Amino acid sequence: MRVLSDFFLLEYPERRRKKVLNYIGRNWSLLFLMFMLGLFSILGKNFFGFRNFSNILLAATTLLLLASGETFVIISGGIDLSIGFVMGFVCVTSAIIMRDLHAAGFPQAVSILAGSSIGILLGVIPGFINGVLVTKFKVPPFIATLGMWGIANGLAWRISEGFPIAFLPSKVREIGMAYIAYYSSKKGFSLFHRPVLTERADIWNLMKIISLPVLLVIILLVIFAFILSRTKFGQHTYAIGGKIDAAIRAGINVPWHLIKVYVISSFFAACAGVLLTFKLNMGIHTQYTSSYELFAIAAVVIGGASLTGGKGGIWGTVVGVLLIGTLDNGLMLMGIPIFYRYIAIGCILIVAVLIDQFFPELVYKE
Amino acid sequence: MEPLLEVRNITKRFGGLTAVDNMDMKIFPGEVVGLLGDNGAGKSTLIKCISGVYHADTGRIFFEGKEVKIDNPMDALAVGIETLYQDLALAENLNVYSNIFLGREKLKRFLGLVKVLDHDYMLNESRKVLDKLEIEVPSLRNLIRTLSGGQRQAVAISRSIYWDAKFLIMDEPTAALGVAEQKNVLDLVKTLSSHGISIIIISHQLHDVFSVATRLAIMRRGRKIAERITKETTTDEIVGLIVGSLPGDYEDASGGAEGTMR
Amino acid sequence: MVFLAMEIIFFSLFGTNYFSLRNLQNILLASTTVLLLATGETFVIITGGIDLSVGFMVGFSSVICAKVMVTLQAAGASQAVAISCGILAALLLGLLPGLVNGLLVAKLKVPPFIATFGMYGIAYGFAEIICKNVPIHSLPTAVGSIGHGYLSYWLPGKALTFLKRPENLTRLELQNLVSIIPNITVIVAIFIGIFAFILARTKFGQHTYAIGGSMDAAERAGINVKRHLIKVYMISSFFASLAGVTYVLRFITGRAPAGSARLLDAVVAVVIGGASLYGGTGTIIGTVIGALIIGTLEIGLVNLGIPTYNLYIAVGCILIIAVLIDQFFPELVRKED
Repeated sequence: MRVLSDFFLLEYPERRRKKVLNYIGRNWSLLFLMFMLGLFSILGKNFFGFRNFSNILLAATTLLLLASGETFVIISGGIDLSIGFVMGFVCVTSAIIMRDLHAAGFPQAVSILAGSSIGILLGVIPGFINGVLVTKFKVPPFIATLGMWGIANGLAWRISEGFPIAFLPSKVREIGMAYIAYYSSKKGFSLFHRPVLTERADIWNLMKIISLPVLLVIILLVIFAFILSRTKFGQHTYAIGGKIDAAIRAGINVPWHLIKVYVISSFFAACAGVLLTFKLNMGIHTQYTSSYELFAIAAVVIGGASLTGGKGGIWGTVVGVLLIGTLDNGLMLMGIPIFYRYIAIGCILIVAVLIDQFFPELVYKE
Repeated sequence: MEPLLEVRNITKRFGGLTAVDNMDMKIFPGEVVGLLGDNGAGKSTLIKCISGVYHADTGRIFFEGKEVKIDNPMDALAVGIETLYQDLALAENLNVYSNIFLGREKLKRFLGLVKVLDHDYMLNESRKVLDKLEIEVPSLRNLIRTLSGGQRQAVAISRSIYWDAKFLIMDEPTAALGVAEQKNVLDLVKTLSSHGISIIIISHQLHDVFSVATRLAIMRRGRKIAERITKETTTDEIVGLIVGSLPGDYEDASGGAEGTMR
Repeated sequence: MVFLAMEIIFFSLFGTNYFSLRNLQNILLASTTVLLLATGETFVIITGGIDLSVGFMVGFSSVICAKVMVTLQAAGASQAVAISCGILAALLLGLLPGLVNGLLVAKLKVPPFIATFGMYGIAYGFAEIICKNVPIHSLPTAVGSIGHGYLSYWLPGKALTFLKRPENLTRLELQNLVSIIPNITVIVAIFIGIFAFILARTKFGQHTYAIGGSMDAAERAGINVKRHLIKVYMISSFFASLAGVTYVLRFITGRAPAGSARLLDAVVAVVIGGASLYGGTGTIIGTVIGALIIGTLEIGLVNLGIPTYNLYIAVGCILIIAVLIDQFFPELVRKED
């Protein structure tokens, strides 16, 4: 383990080299992301453009939410495999509520709000159960959340009977496709309202700035990143992940804290589910081959977290998610079949861990 | 003089095994007492009863003259009894001052609304206590995992001191430490006792115990079989008492008169 | 084991034709994939690791197997050659991911979860590339006869044949024909039996438990832990590719997503069977029972007409219950040393 005093004993050029190496090792995912952005810009068509970057962000919103919740769990030393199906469950549930309330005559605003909030409330329950299983019943997180994975899947499937839920209130689609601002060369800026354009070329050239889903996700991320890095709650999460005994003996109420952590994770999954409803304009239960949870975990690990806990952060996870999203997008634009992305992600994941091992932990923590 | 800590009639059984059998002990302020005995003698169990990890089957605990109920570690901490276990219970992924304040972090208001960690305050306070104990650590921002064994031990001790521990229990403090670091830790122990803090040390390193402890209590099979004043005994005698080749003084729960100092 | 018996009784009472030779054999057949995957996984889990790649390894090997068979057949080779080459190719190539997994985990110290998850994705990617997203069909016809064949056939009172159906049966006789022991199950049983023996009675098995108990202790006792782990992961992927081969035999097609749903079931089976995810405990027998429990459940639900999505709910609950039982009643699960 490198102690600061060792540093000063090195010769100057060597010290500089080690510093550079350390920097690369610590920020490799970000550097790789930038490298990929550059690579795809050269190789792909239409990659480097405002529109495409917006697309990447929009497509990444689901994974961003899932991975953020997962970040908390992984830092605390656990894991949550249920998020993919909790998302599906919430998506289906909220869609059904929206559709049925609207069909029963309630105004759109009410049904949409009801659907979303009830969806999120319901989605928090699996997290609570996960937490209780892990803490009070001492079920290993892997198993507890794996069980919940199956249960949520079954429930979602059962509720939706395998069919997507359509006929949602029309505003749903609007919200899902809404942007904060629009810019067109003809009509200039407009806030919130899509300008009415008639010419085909104009419609094509309309610049859409920051979609609503992306904005909501960013807000959530900022809030929770703040919680993780600056509050007592975040600090305790790291402590529990670092050494659970230390946390217990320091008087931290570990069981209760872990329950909260799993609730956070499934809260994010629930948000992702509701968001999915808006994005897709229907309720759909995710198939098990979608591997959402595994990509979320991959993103968190790529972003610098360790599966044993105690490391990582929201922004690192964001980089991880963007990496995966950029890879997806770039490969698609280059015309490469989409299953190569599985191979790529697999390799990157392994590289992530290897790098983590070859570059010892930095001495400082800000 | 009144004892700081007194335990009477402590018994702890696990199923058919009696780990601690009717133990009595008194510790006075500023004393360093070495709790000795072979493996399985009951030393760890006894201190776990005092520190709240275990709940004793019988017996009473008195602290500063008043009876206290210690049912969990938090109770012990609240009373002022801190325990340093062999694994130190430090979070390796956090830095020095974060560990010192773990669980009791100082918060400040961010933008007047949200409570966030007050890093500056914790850093400064930690520095103060480390200085008071004359401990040297390169930087308080360093993560624990970059610290040596002795430095970690020092941080753990500082944590106890900062939170006004009046009574410290140290379980094998010098195990896995280098010679120089062992000396540092032992010096620290002496500094602490000079501040009026009482310490129980459990250690197999008789040499170390002899250098810091003023009194020695020897346990065998759950009972306290002897007490000696360090100056008036030898390592040979102690070893004999521990392994049983020398008979104990048969001090038993009724507070037998023999051999008890003070 | 009690649970398994309870289950069978339950379904026999409520279902139609549940407790019959045909149905029991159905259960065995349906559990094939899980049985195989879980067996391989048992080795890995005992060492304290996990192999997530088996989920897509099945598809990977099924695709290779099918592709080789089809290509050879088209090139004019005889059925026997085509089939055996296909099977061999799949089994051999299937060892490769296991080798890589083992190297990653043992030599490069990548956590098993990550290494095998990476391999999961990579295997899926390769499988899709090979079959170009289209299931492979038109396999040699003999495949079907092996895959759907039984070890022996018995016409009550009339004839008993082995491996081949009796010729020239009347309709009535056909209905009364009793098929005994599917070929596939025989294959499964043989391999599981061999490896169960290895795990329980050989030095290799003993060392596997040792590594799971304490890697350090095993290392210091002189066991070449790295090499052993590599072998263990190769065993796991061998079973996964075996599962792929049986998949091809049973369904006469090779598909990339084959078996992906079975990963969960396999892990559940191992855990129900008494293994701990931290390593050091578990037996093949336990795993087999666990796999059968899941298979029984599945067939049972179908039998009762309950939609299969409930299966997931059930399996999830069972998993949690199994672990809880393990904790609250360790005596029930503990085996004598």
